[in-house]
Amino acid sequence: MTMRGPTSDLPIVLENVGFSAGASHILHDVSLAIPSGGPTVVIGPNGSGKTTLLRILSGLLVATRGCIAWGTRDAVPERLAIVFQRPTMLRRSAAANLRYALRAAHIPRAAHAKRTAELLALVGLEAFGERPARRLSGGEQQRLALARALARDPTVLLLDEPTASLDPAATKSVEEVIRAVAARGIKVVMTTHDLGAARRLAADVVMLHRGRVLATGPSPVFFSTPPNADVATFLAGDLLL
Amino acid sequence: MGNSDGASAISLVLSADPALMEIVRLSLAVSLSAVFFAALIGIPFGALIALTRFRGRDGVIVLLNALMGLPPVVVGLVVFLALSRSGPLGSWGILFTPQAMVIAQAVLVTPIIAALTRQTVEDLWAEYRDELTAMRVGPAGRVATLIWDARFSLVTTLLAGFGRAAAEVGAIIIVGGNIEGFTRTMTTAIALETSKGDLPLAVGLGIVLIAIVVVINAVAWMARVAGERIAG
Repeated sequence: MTMRGPTSDLPIVLENVGFSAGASHILHDVSLAIPSGGPTVVIGPNGSGKTTLLRILSGLLVATRGCIAWGTRDAVPERLAIVFQRPTMLRRSAAANLRYALRAAHIPRAAHAKRTAELLALVGLEAFGERPARRLSGGEQQRLALARALARDPTVLLLDEPTASLDPAATKSVEEVIRAVAARGIKVVMTTHDLGAARRLAADVVMLHRGRVLATGPSPVFFSTPPNADVATFLAGDLLL
Repeated sequence: MGNSDGASAISLVLSADPALMEIVRLSLAVSLSAVFFAALIGIPFGALIALTRFRGRDGVIVLLNALMGLPPVVVGLVVFLALSRSGPLGSWGILFTPQAMVIAQAVLVTPIIAALTRQTVEDLWAEYRDELTAMRVGPAGRVATLIWDARFSLVTTLLAGFGRAAAEVGAIIIVGGNIEGFTRTMTTAIALETSKGDLPLAVGLGIVLIAIVVVINAVAWMARVAGERIAG
């Protein structure tokens, strides 16, 4: 994985994107531009549509309305990766999970050993390469999932609640990896309902509520001067109904 | 069965009686071959059903599950008719040979392996779907990954198939003919010797049959436990 320059996969532009599952409308007229640069953090209460938005960006779900452009493309870029809130480890060692992802990304076999070692080192799991992936702790599995996503050398990395249900030490480790990834020029788009994590990591913020974009803005301004009363309520820790 | 019959049976087993050993060898060769061929067909077929959606899929699953209960004598009869001189496969000339017995047992075992594989792979697919889709793994890669990662569960599936093959008598007695020294297996020999009143050989074969099934299950279980410890 190398430090990268501007990519043609950005900005990601959503125009009036909606998503319905049966009679349930999960996203309504979401219009956004996700620029290159530091991490974009999508915040909002549970059920606000954060995960659905991320899945649409990854191509796992198809928007039922509106359109999306990933830079100059209208299809999901090849070098886009996603890490789920509860990543599933394949039933093999940590290193074998990475080799699997490298094969899936069509990385030449000759490069697998070096890349696997690099990725394990990046997420601080050098000593755990031969350990069964499913026996790792929650935080270690989350870091391994990050490394696995990075195997395809992505230009855009989507993270769904990457620190949910982790203890503070594991959260710190995962956040350090996210910072390292962002510092290498990979665009990180992550969801969280942890406002502390959003403050620590975000370059810009998108707030969703009931499937609609409530506000967007650069992180320091967003948190210091909430753009509207609902955002202020949420940032104050009060219930947003 | 008197005490002397029991003692004779144990003596036969302990002395590794050549006739007994030949029957044991043939039984294992036929049943293991049948499970091998049934696995070659049943595992990919079961995985394919698990991963694909098509019209009539529910009907195929119900049929596959129902076929797990195929009566061995019916399978024996169908294979007999297919392999008999006037049957569609009569030109193969393999009726009353071990090959015919392998075919009959493979027909019996394939639905068991396919149906259990389908369930196992479908359960694992529910767990892996998002990750493999996100990694852009193609259909063939998905099947291979799921079969590999379900390998420890599939060992149990193969054991169920082997148990069915090793225990059945109805199909192989019809297509094999129970010819001494050629197509006589443990189960057909037990049936024959019991009807003749030669209980020591029947009991000896019964002991060996049960012991083999226990040993194979024990080895498979140890392999599964060791494998899970290594792979997680």
